[in-house]
Amino acid sequence: MITLTHYLTLGAILLCLSVAGIFLNRKNIIILLMSIELMLLAANMNFIAFSRFLGNPDGQVFVFFILTVAAAEAAIGLAILVVLFRNRNSINVADLDDLKG
Amino acid sequence: MTIQEIFFYLFSIIMLAAATMVISVRNPVYAILYLILTFFSAAALWILLEAEFLGIILVLVYVGAVMVLFLFVVMMLNINQSRVSEGFVKNLPLGIGVALVMLAEVLMVLWYKNQTGVDNFPIPVPHEQGYSNTAEIGERMFTAYLWPFEIAGVVLLVAIVAAVALSMRHREGVKTQSVPQQISAEKRDRLELIDMPVEGVKKN
Repeated sequence: MITLTHYLTLGAILLCLSVAGIFLNRKNIIILLMSIELMLLAANMNFIAFSRFLGNPDGQVFVFFILTVAAAEAAIGLAILVVLFRNRNSINVADLDDLKG
Repeated sequence: MTIQEIFFYLFSIIMLAAATMVISVRNPVYAILYLILTFFSAAALWILLEAEFLGIILVLVYVGAVMVLFLFVVMMLNINQSRVSEGFVKNLPLGIGVALVMLAEVLMVLWYKNQTGVDNFPIPVPHEQGYSNTAEIGERMFTAYLWPFEIAGVVLLVAIVAAVALSMRHREGVKTQSVPQQISAEKRDRLELIDMPVEGVKKN
């Protein structure tokens, strides 16, 4: 049968994949944002699995709020990205060193 | 192997393969399309966990709105592909190493001798016919979680305002209609009466 450990392992693998994605795509902010979305998905997977196995739907309400905040984060992040590209003509993370001492 | 196990492994493999493609393809448009596949498989897994409402929300809101927003932005920005993907091979050993170490740590906690007690959870029984996941979540959301729900609405409002304020652009030298200027115009700003002698008529 599918136990809770199966779902938690799945979430862990997904989180590690997104961490690897952040390391690999340091030149491209868009893929960094996508990796963050994957991380949130992994967290939500754990929330829903625990909610199901504990028989308590409160976890699903939390996932709903996480989705709300993630949507807001994506909208603002992409707006910042558009302004950045307009000013710098680049989305490379290494180009953003204005605050470097 | 039960039908649930077959579907669990099928959707898990699709989801992990699509997530791997998201972080490894060069073209951001393909990455977004693979991310959509990832979200679809995750929605299927959530429905397998009897969280139907959130599965549908994930498809409608995430795939339907957020991913389309990503797609718009990627297509709007004209990104130089070759410059963006350089350094991928250089960071590959570090990225895989860190990810594997993290995974090993989590799996040690999860799998080693059941020290966290996750194996003690019984397999949940399926809900009876006529059970509504949406009704149950709605009941929680509008009673116990009413205040966080309203705050979530404010968060979304702030996000709308911030996104519009950030991406609005004032360009110089473009003739556009300015409504406040039009409304506040007065007669003395536009019309000037001057005194001048009339030609050809003699004053006596």
